[in-house]
Amino acid sequence: METNLLWMIAGMGVVTYLPRVLPLIILDTSIIPRKLQSILKNVPFAILGALIFPGILHINDASIWYGIAGAGVAVFSSLLNWNIILVVLSSVAAVSLFSFWGL
Amino acid sequence: MIPIPAISAANHDFKRGIQAGLSIAIGYLPIAFTYGLLAKAGGLSLLETVGMSVIVFAGASQYIALSMIAAGTGAFEIIITAFIMNIRHLLMSASLNEKMAEDAKWIKAIYGFLITDETFSVAATRSEKKLTSSFMLGLGVTAYGSWVINSGIGYLIGAGLPETVQAGMAVALYAMFIALLVPSAKKSGKVIFLAGTAALLNSLFSMYEPLSGGWGIILSTIISAAGIEFLMKEEADGN
Repeated sequence: METNLLWMIAGMGVVTYLPRVLPLIILDTSIIPRKLQSILKNVPFAILGALIFPGILHINDASIWYGIAGAGVAVFSSLLNWNIILVVLSSVAAVSLFSFWGL
Repeated sequence: MIPIPAISAANHDFKRGIQAGLSIAIGYLPIAFTYGLLAKAGGLSLLETVGMSVIVFAGASQYIALSMIAAGTGAFEIIITAFIMNIRHLLMSASLNEKMAEDAKWIKAIYGFLITDETFSVAATRSEKKLTSSFMLGLGVTAYGSWVINSGIGYLIGAGLPETVQAGMAVALYAMFIALLVPSAKKSGKVIFLAGTAALLNSLFSMYEPLSGGWGIILSTIISAAGIEFLMKEEADGN
């Protein structure tokens, strides 16, 4: 393995690991103010919104309609309470067909 | 004497974690595969390619590292970029800490390594009030295994997936995020507001170059998650 690249990978590993693990180890949930606790409980839903948009619109360089079609199928099948794996597979199938037909 | 009931409960949680991780494993397949492919094209060895997946375990940073290596960027800049991309894990780790059952720090240090956008989202949206370390380990290891193994397979096979499959698989992780969000959104207007605000802000931020990449997601999440608390407080004060 090239030494320089090895060090780079090790460095990336460190800077990626620290933010993941420090809050878990350092923060004592019992002494966090209630306000901050509520904010932390909001984080998952806010972050999901930010992870989905605008990323999903750019899954295909050809047009944003690939993402919109995939999102539509995912929302619809989720509303039907389908199992998460079925939601993923049906959305993938829809976008594959969409691309196969070259829409 | 080994406390057998405790072990079998941990075992049970670990298995449930694996189950919960399967959708992530599917979603990671095409991304890890493509990463392996690009790493090979970029001149990395198999050991370096899989080694980066084993040690870093962060999709976007690994992709960016490949393109920066190809552009001849120095190691230091690549490491700083990886850091900026992953600062958002601070938020996730702090939020997850509220949901995890208390456990030894060394165990937290192990499952902490397995926090990604996806494992965090699956764990944080579970209906259980508290999650055990065993569950988190099962979930994380499943995602990690898929990431590492498919990186290697992508490198070895060295040819792209068929184009229509690639185009379809690109939506997989987004579909998973939607499937995680919708059940909570159905029950709570607050969830819709939180996700909608962050989505809108992140879309705006993404148009402004310095905030695309890691910072946009962090800013939009903080503004949305904290903003709603202050708005709700004012409402309560007003009443």
